Amino acid sequence: MRAVGGPDVAVGDVLLSVENVSLSFGGVKAVSDVSFDIRKGEIRAIIGPNGAGKTSMLNVINGFYQPQKGRITFKGQTRAKMRPHDAAYGGIARTFQNVALFRGMTALDNIMAGRTLKMHANFFWQLLRYGPALREEVEHREHVEEIIDFLKIQEIRRVPVGRLPYGLQKRVELGRALAMEPELLLLDEPMAGMNLEEKEDMSRFVLDVNDHYGTTIALIEHDMGVVMDLSDRVVVLDHGNKIADGTPDEVKRNQAVIDAYLGVAH
Amino acid sequence: MAPNAVAGADTFPKLLVRNAQLYGDRPAVRHKDLGIWQTWTWREALEIVRAYAVGLHNLGVKRGETIAIVGGNRPRLYWSVTAAQMLGAIPVPVYADAVADELAFVVAHADVRFAAVEDQEQVDKIQSVLGRVPKLEMMVYDEKRGLRDYDHSKLRAMEDVIADGRKALADPKVAAWLDKEIETGKGSDPSIILYTSGTTGTSKGVVLTCEGSIKAASDTVAFDKLTETDVALAYLPLAWVGDHYLNYAQGMVSGFCMACPESPDTAMADLREIGPSFYFAPPRTLELLLTRMMIRMEDAGVIKRRMFHYFIDVARRYGERILNGEQVPLSGRLLYALGNVFVYGPLKNVLGFSCVRIAYTAGEAVGPDLFSFYRSIGLNLKQLYGQTEAFLYLTAQPDGEIYSDTVGAVCPNVDVRISEDGEVQFKSPGMFSGYFKDDAKTAEVMTPDGYVKTGDAGFFDEKTGHLKIIDRTKDVGKLTDGTMFPPKYIENKLKFYPNIREAVAIGDKRDFVTVMLNIDLTAVGSWAERNNVVYASYQELAGHPLVYDMLEKHVAEVNRSLAADKVMAGAQIARFLILHKELDPDDGEITRTLKVRRGFIADRYSPLIKALYDGSSEADISTEVTFEDGRKGTISARVKIRDMKIEPTPTMGKAA
Repeated sequence: MRAVGGPDVAVGDVLLSVENVSLSFGGVKAVSDVSFDIRKGEIRAIIGPNGAGKTSMLNVINGFYQPQKGRITFKGQTRAKMRPHDAAYGGIARTFQNVALFRGMTALDNIMAGRTLKMHANFFWQLLRYGPALREEVEHREHVEEIIDFLKIQEIRRVPVGRLPYGLQKRVELGRALAMEPELLLLDEPMAGMNLEEKEDMSRFVLDVNDHYGTTIALIEHDMGVVMDLSDRVVVLDHGNKIADGTPDEVKRNQAVIDAYLGVAH
Repeated sequence: MAPNAVAGADTFPKLLVRNAQLYGDRPAVRHKDLGIWQTWTWREALEIVRAYAVGLHNLGVKRGETIAIVGGNRPRLYWSVTAAQMLGAIPVPVYADAVADELAFVVAHADVRFAAVEDQEQVDKIQSVLGRVPKLEMMVYDEKRGLRDYDHSKLRAMEDVIADGRKALADPKVAAWLDKEIETGKGSDPSIILYTSGTTGTSKGVVLTCEGSIKAASDTVAFDKLTETDVALAYLPLAWVGDHYLNYAQGMVSGFCMACPESPDTAMADLREIGPSFYFAPPRTLELLLTRMMIRMEDAGVIKRRMFHYFIDVARRYGERILNGEQVPLSGRLLYALGNVFVYGPLKNVLGFSCVRIAYTAGEAVGPDLFSFYRSIGLNLKQLYGQTEAFLYLTAQPDGEIYSDTVGAVCPNVDVRISEDGEVQFKSPGMFSGYFKDDAKTAEVMTPDGYVKTGDAGFFDEKTGHLKIIDRTKDVGKLTDGTMFPPKYIENKLKFYPNIREAVAIGDKRDFVTVMLNIDLTAVGSWAERNNVVYASYQELAGHPLVYDMLEKHVAEVNRSLAADKVMAGAQIARFLILHKELDPDDGEITRTLKVRRGFIADRYSPLIKALYDGSSEADISTEVTFEDGRKGTISARVKIRDMKIEPTPTMGKAA
């Protein structure tokens, strides 16, 4: 398959960098003056206590929120404003904290939806489902079947997503993001609400995605065990500020991080 | 196919060569991959297996060695079996879901040097116990995913091994050498070692010979008239004798096509797509299917639901008789034909049974209702009885002679006898040659005159001549007057009633048989709702006089059915009670797999058992219970006891 990188392919150049980004909603400062970068092929975790601005950060990267200050550079291109569809075309895919799938559609159709951006046949052919549109659909279906095989969800191919248990929905959502063949995959709490076994499965898939497709991954996660095991580097936010950045071990020993999580006596 | 066409081919590789000649372009194996069914013909399968065998030889596999096969139903794993056999090596399949510990035991015990495994999961599992399997040198794996970064000094991808072999085979000398290797294989060679799952102690490696396996499979292929046009879905564990026999051996002998499901979880959907003509399912699977179907029917619209129930009722009245070729009134036939169009046909289609010509079930007692349901909608479901040591079949129900409580007539060329103490013993063509490296255990199960002890107690039904299995011999007791007392047989009869969740029969070394029952809260609860029976707790419902009346009817029916068998007539239930609490694994009363722990229960409920035998009409009991969170409490109750009428038997003979 299209294995690009992998752990043996050393973590490389900067893929995305965030410089002095600030975001506020009215008087509430969600993110203030945060800078960090994500390198090609790494698994980058963003952690922090509740309300630290993690999801806001992800939404900024994704172009869903427009920061008031700061710059984002993705693949060497700096943009003041990034719109979600620009991000998607540029190769950024994401999953959501609360699963955002088409509940009435089957798992297969949901993942096929992730290929939309890659469909080129015009509306007319698609309407007829004939000629180039059909050829294209077959191609995309092959790709989607590989993802289904990869995530081991063959048995739910034809099941409407709304009927699936939560853990599987999360997996389908990951599948849809993968269908975009992203360069950068943003995962917003991929393991929230899962039991231990589901977490282990999901961790395995995250590692496999990174290894097999060479996808760069940025994830938000609360489970410290998962974060420490999976990620190459961790950035820690608290009240919208970056308080630490480094390898899991460095971050674990950082006094500011310990204080943020455990609280300090005033 | 003429059965004698097998003559001359006394090993599976020779059969494969024959099949490639006879049925070259017919499908041998199908496998759903990336959502599409892939097919390999017999000729292609032979080409792959030959290449694979040479590849394995180049890795150092030698004649007489063992190769572990670990994984699910995948074509390459089946080919691993044949490729090993081609080289004269002995495949040892291991259950894919075996925990590392069991895996280590089998791999170490079988002196395995090579292992063919499915994927990363199995590689990891074996690597975690490497210390315990010092002889293991090399693993070949089917699924590459995730294994790229592993140390490949002891690992190879099957794909690469086959490619290597293919390259080497281009040399005519190598091809000639392989032909000679295949010729060298003798019928008396060990063909495979199947490890029994080991419900009784550690597992034992059952060694089967090539010739025996093929003879046994030929007999049943002829018995069920299987041909190269049949199709089977291989979805049962590869390491289980059933899969090896029904799919691998029978497929090789008859040349039928074996379809491998996409993944273990898709078996049901794949079944529907493939539409097999030969099907095997354990009773549990059939029960699950039925339950799922009934639940979905309850969700259907009113018209569909009424139509379904009406025609299922028609099927109940006429279906089985039509299938058995008995006399049925014309109106019945017409109604049934109509039902077939509207209900049974579509139903079978959804279940994937449309093309099934022969279906078998075995493994445990099957409920008569469940059994006749499937038969009534036109599925030719039959029972068989067998053992790994016999290479499966001992008895099977011939078409037209189906009784839900027997396991059928003795198979052709099989010799079954009942020993003095009621144990079933056999001699069969596929009989094992011994347990691997365990002569003591082999000697234990063999009689001096060469029969194998099954450990099952049974008898031949007088009316039909069919075998009935009642229980494991060691569980069968005797009443004080010498009547045979098989607890599980009685309990199973009771448990077939939906209202009865669990039953414990008591009677060993006693004057008569008594039972303690557990009601099924769902079934009895819904009955109570419909009949305005008010209750606040399980205990109250269990003690309700109307519930007692209802269960009394069930027990009376069981007594009637026991009375019909001369051997069992003396073991009728004299008294029963309904327990005030559910038997629970948390309290140690039943195992996690829901088997009754007799000794423990006898001890715990001794006041009740005493009351059952001293004639009192009720007894007090107080038991300690463990709640879900681990806290303990006690439940006290006064439990009533009912006396039952003993049915007269036509011939009041006693069992030997």
